[in-house]
Amino acid sequence: MHMKYGVDEHGYYGDFGGAYIPEMLYPNIEALRAQYLKVLNDNDFKAEYDQLLKDYVGRPSPLYHAKRYSEKYGANIFFKREDLNHTGSHKINNAIGQILLAERLGKKRIIAETGAGQHGVATATVCALKGLECVVYMGEIDMERQAPNVARMKMLGAKVVPATSGSKTLKDATNEALRDWIGNPEDTHYIIGSAVGPYPYPEMVAKFQSIISFEAKKQLLEQTGSELPQYVLACVGGGSNAIGMFYNFLDDESVKLIAVEAAGKGVETGHSAATTSLGKEGVLHGTRTILMQTEDGQVVEPYSISAGLDYPGIGPQHAHLYKVNRAEYVSATDDEALNAGLLACQLEGIIPAIESAHALAHLEKMTFKLGDNVVICLSGRGDKDLDTYIKHFGY
Amino acid sequence: MNRLQNLFANKKSNLLSIYFTAGYPELNTTLDIAEALEKAGADFLEIGFPYSDPVADGPTIQQSSEKALENGMTLNVLFEQLKQLRERVTIPVLLMGYINPIVQYGIERFCKKAAEVGVDGVIVPDLPIYEYEKLYADTFKQNNLSNIFLVTPNTSEERISKIDGLSNSFIYLLSSSSITGSTLNVSTSIEDYYKRIKGMELANPTIIGFGISNNASYNKACEYANGAIVGSAFVKHLAKDNYLQTIPDFIDNIRPKS
Repeated sequence: MHMKYGVDEHGYYGDFGGAYIPEMLYPNIEALRAQYLKVLNDNDFKAEYDQLLKDYVGRPSPLYHAKRYSEKYGANIFFKREDLNHTGSHKINNAIGQILLAERLGKKRIIAETGAGQHGVATATVCALKGLECVVYMGEIDMERQAPNVARMKMLGAKVVPATSGSKTLKDATNEALRDWIGNPEDTHYIIGSAVGPYPYPEMVAKFQSIISFEAKKQLLEQTGSELPQYVLACVGGGSNAIGMFYNFLDDESVKLIAVEAAGKGVETGHSAATTSLGKEGVLHGTRTILMQTEDGQVVEPYSISAGLDYPGIGPQHAHLYKVNRAEYVSATDDEALNAGLLACQLEGIIPAIESAHALAHLEKMTFKLGDNVVICLSGRGDKDLDTYIKHFGY
Repeated sequence: MNRLQNLFANKKSNLLSIYFTAGYPELNTTLDIAEALEKAGADFLEIGFPYSDPVADGPTIQQSSEKALENGMTLNVLFEQLKQLRERVTIPVLLMGYINPIVQYGIERFCKKAAEVGVDGVIVPDLPIYEYEKLYADTFKQNNLSNIFLVTPNTSEERISKIDGLSNSFIYLLSSSSITGSTLNVSTSIEDYYKRIKGMELANPTIIGFGISNNASYNKACEYANGAIVGSAFVKHLAKDNYLQTIPDFIDNIRPKS
C-alpha cells in the first residue's frame, strides 16, 4: 500500500525517516518494530482496537456538512469532527493503538511528551483505562499556557513532569521523554503522539490515525456520491492529524492535499513555526526530516500561539510529501487562526482548538469552483484554548 | 594506522580517556584543556562539539553544551581552534557530538576538516549502524577516521559481533543503559555483562564509559576492559575556578600514579 508515498523496509520515505537513535534505544525500537509489524495482521489486536474506537472513543467521528461555511466560501465544506472524540481530539486514536501494543510488549509503565496537552491527556486516559503507570513530560512554559490540561492529566492519575531544559516547550519535553526511555528500557513504552521520531513511530502513528481518512472516504461517498473530494486540509505541527487525514487519499492524485503550518506572528518575523518555509533537511528526535535550525545545525525554537503546532520539525512522511509535491504546505498566522476560530463559533457553533483553526484559516486564501467538495480535519476542540480566545477577543 | 590504532597496539590496559565539551566553560580554552590533560597523563581525549538537543546526555553535559553554545562555539570555531591541535597535543583525539550539526556542516567537509587538523576518530551517539554503513562509512575511511560504536548491556551478541566487524580502533561499552552522568551500578547483572563481552574475544579493544567518576569506578572498569572514559565528572571539574591548574589532581584522583 502507498508504495509511492509509503515507507520502505528501513523506515525511509524517500530521503526522510530512518532511526537516528543512540544504541541505548536500539533494543526498544527493534522490539517495537517487530511487535508493530506483527499486530498489523493480528485479528485480535484489530478487534480490540476497533471496539475501543467505537465504544470508548465514540467513532466514527461525524463528517459534518457545514452549510453556513459552504455558503460563505462557495464550496461544499465538510468538517471531519475529531473534536468530538473522547478526550477532545484525534490524539486518542493513536494512544489507543499504542497502549494495546504496549500491553502486548509486556510494558508496565508509559511515558509521553505533550505540547498542548491533548496527547498527554489521551495518554493519561488510556493508561487509566488499562491500569498502567503514566508519566507525561511537558515543557514548563506549556504547562503554564495549558494549565487545564495539566490538571486533567493529574486527575486521570498521570504524573506530569516539567521539562526545564532548553526552551522548555515541546521539543524539550520530547528530549526528556527520550532520556527517560534510555534510562528505563525494560519496563517502559514511550507513546509518541505525533508522526515524528525514529521508525517505526511515524509509520505507526500514521497508521493509527489513518482511521480519520478511512472513515471520511466512506462518509463522503454517502453524502456526496463520491469518496474523493477536491481538497483535503489539515493543520500540521509534527503532523499526526494531517497524516491521518491524508493517508487514504495519498494515492488518489486528483485530491489536493493542503497542510497548514503555524506562521506564528508571520513567517519572516523570527516568531514562527512554519517548518517547510524556514527549515532545512537534518535530523531531529531520531528522524531525518525538515527542521528549523541555525547554519551550525542547532535546533531553532519555533513560536506559535498554538502549543500543539509549536514544534521545529515535521514528520518524515510530510517532509517527503512536501519534497515530491504531493501535498502543498502553507501557513496561517496566530491572528488568522484566532479569527478563523471565532468564525467557526459564530457560523457553525463549534469552538475549534487553535491548532485546527489554522486549517480553517486557509479557506480565506482559496478560490473554489462551484460544487467543489472540501474536507477539513477539525482535529480538536477549543475548550483548552478558551483563555487565549477570551483574552484575544476581549469577551 | 591513526594515532588511536597505534595507541591500542601499544597499550592494552588501564587506559584513561577524558571527555570535555569544547567552548565550556570558556570559548577559547579548548587546546589549553587538551594540553593540560595530556600533561596530566590522559591517554586519549574526546572533544565534544555542542548540540542544542543532546538526548543521550544528562544534566551536566546538557548544561555544558548550552553554555558552550552561548559562548559562541560552533563547528567552524572548533575547527579554527584545532588548527593548532597537533602543535600542542600528541595523544589521539576524538570528536564527539550529534549528527545534525555534522549534516549541516556537510559530512565530507566535516571528515576532511577533522583529518586535516589531526583528529583520529568520531563518536556520534545518534548515528546508527545502518545509516553509518549506507551513507558515511566510505567518507570516514577515506579520511582515516575511526568511527566508534556504543554497546549497552542490552545489545545482542549478534549486534556486538557486527559492531566489532565495523570498528577499527575500539568499542565504547556503556556501563548501563542510561544517559551520561549517571552513577555506576556494579550489580551482578552488570558484571555478567562485562564478563559476557570479555568472553566474546572481540577483535577490538573495549573502553567502558558512563558513570566512571572516581578511582573505584575506574578500577572496576579496568578489570573488564582496556580502560575507561570519564566525562561528566570532568565537566563538573571544569566548573571550578582554577580548573586548568588542578587538572593533574583530577587525573591523579581517578588513576593514581603508580
